[in-house]
Amino acid sequence: MDDCRIGSPQEGRAFWMGVLAHASLKEMRAALALTQIEWPTVEVVKPAEVGTLMLEGRAGGGGRRFNAGEATMTRCIVRVGETLGFSYALGRDKDKAVMAATLDCLLQDADQQSYLMKAIISPLAMIQSRKREAESRRAAATKVEFFTMVRGD
Amino acid sequence: MYVAVKGGEAAIAATHDLVAQARRGNPNVPEIGVKQIREQMKLATARVMNEGSLYDEDLAALALKQSQGDAVEAAFLMRAYRTTLPRFGSSQPLDTGAMAIRRRISAAFKDLPGGQVLGPTYDYTHRLFDFALAAEGGAPVQAAEAQEGLDQHMPRVPDILGGEGLMEEEIAPEGDPAPNDVTRDPAEFPADRDTRLQMLARGDEGFLLGLAYSVQRGFGGNHPFAGEIRMGEVAVGFCPEELGFEIEIGDITLTECQMINQFTGSAEVPPQFTRGYGLAFGQSERKAMSMAIVDRALKSSEFGEGATYPAQQEEFVLYHCDTIEASGFVEHLKLPHYVDFQGELELIRKIRREQEERRAQSQIEREGADA
Repeated sequence: MDDCRIGSPQEGRAFWMGVLAHASLKEMRAALALTQIEWPTVEVVKPAEVGTLMLEGRAGGGGRRFNAGEATMTRCIVRVGETLGFSYALGRDKDKAVMAATLDCLLQDADQQSYLMKAIISPLAMIQSRKREAESRRAAATKVEFFTMVRGD
Repeated sequence: MYVAVKGGEAAIAATHDLVAQARRGNPNVPEIGVKQIREQMKLATARVMNEGSLYDEDLAALALKQSQGDAVEAAFLMRAYRTTLPRFGSSQPLDTGAMAIRRRISAAFKDLPGGQVLGPTYDYTHRLFDFALAAEGGAPVQAAEAQEGLDQHMPRVPDILGGEGLMEEEIAPEGDPAPNDVTRDPAEFPADRDTRLQMLARGDEGFLLGLAYSVQRGFGGNHPFAGEIRMGEVAVGFCPEELGFEIEIGDITLTECQMINQFTGSAEVPPQFTRGYGLAFGQSERKAMSMAIVDRALKSSEFGEGATYPAQQEEFVLYHCDTIEASGFVEHLKLPHYVDFQGELELIRKIRREQEERRAQSQIEREGADA
């Protein structure tokens, strides 16, 4: 991915964690099936847990913060070797949380990172941006120009 | 006062089975799936998520299935489930300016940067039945795709006009304080804007729609314009403590409405446009519009307009707009109130007895005097 900001470790990690959160378990499994990754022994540090996140909005879009309502989310922490991996995603998919947290571990390993970015994160990010693009093009097909009728002619 | 009752276990168990059978309907008709509800009843699940104040499309679909399509009962299930979950924190404030737009219109400005986008709307349908839908099994419609997607930059309409200083400003108070949460600290009156917006966001669509309508008909003195309505997907940002940096944890669908209203000005403020704000989960335009109109009506005291009409009276609006509280209190009247009613019955009998005794007494006295 061109916009993968891998140069800055934290931004790179925020990027792949975001892509994993947006992906479904099915998509992750499909991407994994095409790789030769040896799935590691995973130690669960904090089992996948479902809770809520309070979603904040802003009055007028940019003003005072207010609580717009909650959303369900799932979080999970695992360890592979010495590395901790995290997952936070909307929804209640615990299997996805474990898999995403494990991939977060593997992605932090410098030896595997570039391969995993290419084999898993990029294809998932591509699916997501294509979907957004298709939605945007369908919306663009409904772009409208209304003409105001002049009265009294 | 409500006095608890006990017993009735067998009847209650039987009614659970009976409602399950009634919910299923004719067993020769295929059972409806939660995924079907989620995908094909999106506007219904959006309402359940809004009034249940919990974004989860699968749960909202299950709630609708379980409640036989009763939106209020379904919202109740969402609220009840929510109370069983731990709260992991608060999101970063949602940035509706960065929304992946699927619909965006302004009834006030014709030529908007980024354009007017109708999106999936019933506005320009003829409201005639499409009997082809009753036949089922038709090929899925493939909507047209334009060559190019929408502009990346779609500024919010009030922000465009804000530049000229003609629009009431919506800016965060100093220090950008964390908002009050009415699920933890009950509202106090007069309520701040954050409390008001949260309560309206959880509020019943029908109640808010009726109030908004009353404002338009003159019970509130505002003439609103739909400055902008936008609908689409917004990324949810979260900064977990363990990580220390912000990540996106998924997208949600939101509808945002910015209402623009006239204001003639006061001694301190020159004439300008004032604003009302609505934000709702999913595609929920009627809710977002109603919320925005009522939000503006509740600003009446700020603008020295008084609180003459129902929609301007904060305690009245905010205390009565919650679906779950309102239906709970109205519908609890169905539960056994035998002790309560027995007490009332005794009281009425006593009053009547005393009245009759007094009447008899005075008659005796009158007849005695005549003699």
